[in-house]
Amino acid sequence: MMETAWIIPLFPLLSFLILLLFGKRLKESSAVVGILLTLASLVYSVLVLFERFSAPTFKTEAVWLTIGDIHLTAGFEVNQLNALMLVIVSLVSCLVHTYSKGYMHGDERFHVFYAYLGLFTFAMLGLVLSPNLLQTYIFWELVGVGSFLLIGFYFYKEEAKQAAKKAFIMTRIGDVGLLIGMILLFWQTNSFEYDNIFKAVADGSVTQGWITLTAILIFIGAMGKSGQFPLHTWLPDAMEGPTPVSALIHAATMVAAGVYLVAALFPLFAASQTALMTVAVIGGFTAIFAASIGLVQTDIKRVLAYSTVSQLGYMMLALGSGGYVAGVFHLMTHAFFKALLFLAAGSVIHAAHTQDIEEMGGLWKKLRLTGPLFLIGTLAISGVPLLSGFFSKDEILAAAWEGGHPVLFLLAVVAAFFTAFYMFRLFFMVFTGEARSEMKSVHESPSTMTLPMIVLGVLAVVSGYVNTTWFGSFLGDWLTDGNKVLSGSHTEGPAWIMVVATLVSLAGIFLAWLMYGKRSLSRDWLSGKGSTLHTILYNKYYVDEFYQMSIIKIVKGISYFLRFIDVFLVEGIVKGVGGAVQGLGKTGSKLQTGQVQTYGAMAFVGLAVLVVIFALTGGYLK
Amino acid sequence: MSTIPASAFLSLALILFCIGLYGALTKRNTVIVLISIELMLNAVNINLVTFSKYGIKPSITGQIFALFAITVAAAEAAVGLAILIALYRNRRTINIDEMDSMKN
Repeated sequence: MMETAWIIPLFPLLSFLILLLFGKRLKESSAVVGILLTLASLVYSVLVLFERFSAPTFKTEAVWLTIGDIHLTAGFEVNQLNALMLVIVSLVSCLVHTYSKGYMHGDERFHVFYAYLGLFTFAMLGLVLSPNLLQTYIFWELVGVGSFLLIGFYFYKEEAKQAAKKAFIMTRIGDVGLLIGMILLFWQTNSFEYDNIFKAVADGSVTQGWITLTAILIFIGAMGKSGQFPLHTWLPDAMEGPTPVSALIHAATMVAAGVYLVAALFPLFAASQTALMTVAVIGGFTAIFAASIGLVQTDIKRVLAYSTVSQLGYMMLALGSGGYVAGVFHLMTHAFFKALLFLAAGSVIHAAHTQDIEEMGGLWKKLRLTGPLFLIGTLAISGVPLLSGFFSKDEILAAAWEGGHPVLFLLAVVAAFFTAFYMFRLFFMVFTGEARSEMKSVHESPSTMTLPMIVLGVLAVVSGYVNTTWFGSFLGDWLTDGNKVLSGSHTEGPAWIMVVATLVSLAGIFLAWLMYGKRSLSRDWLSGKGSTLHTILYNKYYVDEFYQMSIIKIVKGISYFLRFIDVFLVEGIVKGVGGAVQGLGKTGSKLQTGQVQTYGAMAFVGLAVLVVIFALTGGYLK
Repeated sequence: MSTIPASAFLSLALILFCIGLYGALTKRNTVIVLISIELMLNAVNINLVTFSKYGIKPSITGQIFALFAITVAAAEAAVGLAILIALYRNRRTINIDEMDSMKN
């Protein structure tokens, strides 16, 4: 199976092409095409994963371009990380395809939506299979295009249009870093191949300074895609896209691409303490920064968006602290429970026709299936024991304790507390209490929507057990098997970390219950309208406003200046030349009277002038 | 016989030519213009004959050329007048400044 793993990304591509050509005729049955083809990808990925358990890494490539004596290759590779990512991506994609059949029902551009989903899935699967940086970069950009199309799917809404542009431009800013880092690496190692780069790094043929510089530049690319501070602002805005898109892009795929890139290039990062520290600090800061914003947001999807940013920060923190397994493990569990939460949120929105949690309430009785599933997702992300999030978060905290800085560990613990608090605030406000506005026509979603949620709900509960301190760390052992750099990265922290993690998450839940469930504690100090803290958090620390005032102003200033040059200088010269020639022509045409005598006179004058010149210069006789 | 110098003939030709040119370029009446052109042709004929007698290599060629020119001028005058009549029938005018169809 592994020899033909290249076929996995081609199924969604086929779906994209079919829907592009025949989508208009297929209408709503486009969904069937998309679902079946991604299902084929999923089955194939699962088979590849199982084969990879027993077989060694498979890699094949062919020469693609020859420049001088350097050969650029293209191919694919199935190692542990790739095989795992293939399953995560194709599983979530398949479930989102199924879910969208119900969610997008009745949309005029139904088939277009499925075509975009196919393109995006193709790009993501291709990215995961790439064995070299150049190929990764190509798919990396393709993922950007796919997300642009999906976020801007409701392009007639001004916000969606702006959000799509913002997402594309913000990630492009990061991509510049990735591109520069890639080129510098190629300059230093003469290769885009991951294997060759790692070999050169291990040899010491690349100096420490270059390793740090390229690793940080590549991390900037990962920051853009994974929404790390300060390039995080696109992610919450991207919630303007349809909710299934949020589940696909912001849970399992696009935002995970940044984490995946750091994980895939982990040996490079591991060779530089400075680079690892940068990753850890940015990740830890983003985790707590985004979590604190999530505390006060009132849009259900925005809360989840900031939660995603915060969890991605967690993964980066884990990777930066040397916890390769912890980062990848959390990437997997987060993909499941965050996709579940987004899909459940979509179901809530579908039923309640609003995204404002202040207007919701008391939906527990009305949404018999969505409610418990949302609760499972909430418990998992909060790190309540026995669910998947608990194990992965514990692993991250252990990694931060062992490999990172005490301050970073503290940040992670506080962020965990925030996470538990805002997730249960969300849960209590949506599902308990009285309906705060009229919710008469609330009904449960169709089975195409609930089925994917049930699958993800099961995974959100059980997926943590592949790597626990109690039943053995199967995933960790397998991921690091046969890799010298990674083998030390799996750490088992002291037992008290698990106790702390549990206590912190329970404390967060208890506080949320007091404030929003039982309402025995006033919520005014946090979400009162006048509170300064609330204003700052509600406006997301004014980061957008700061960008508006600083960077965008500067860019706009430059663009106005360039526009001035273009309009007055360049265009002035062009128009001046044109005008002069035109004026000359107009004067000339006035001489053309049509009178034969005028022409005769002109000919005579011309002759006279010639004779005068001839007489003065002496002509040929000279 | 040879008391009249060549410059006198050439001056006469020059004056004739200038009068012809002036008439051809300024007169409104097309008949006058045609006559002026005849004047210019005759000025040329005088030149030809003068040089056949006073040239560096005197020969009969100049005089024969002058005869040719007279013949051609006669034919030209006939064709010119015929065109003029045709024009007059079409446009009801023989004023040369009203004939500006070359402009459009």
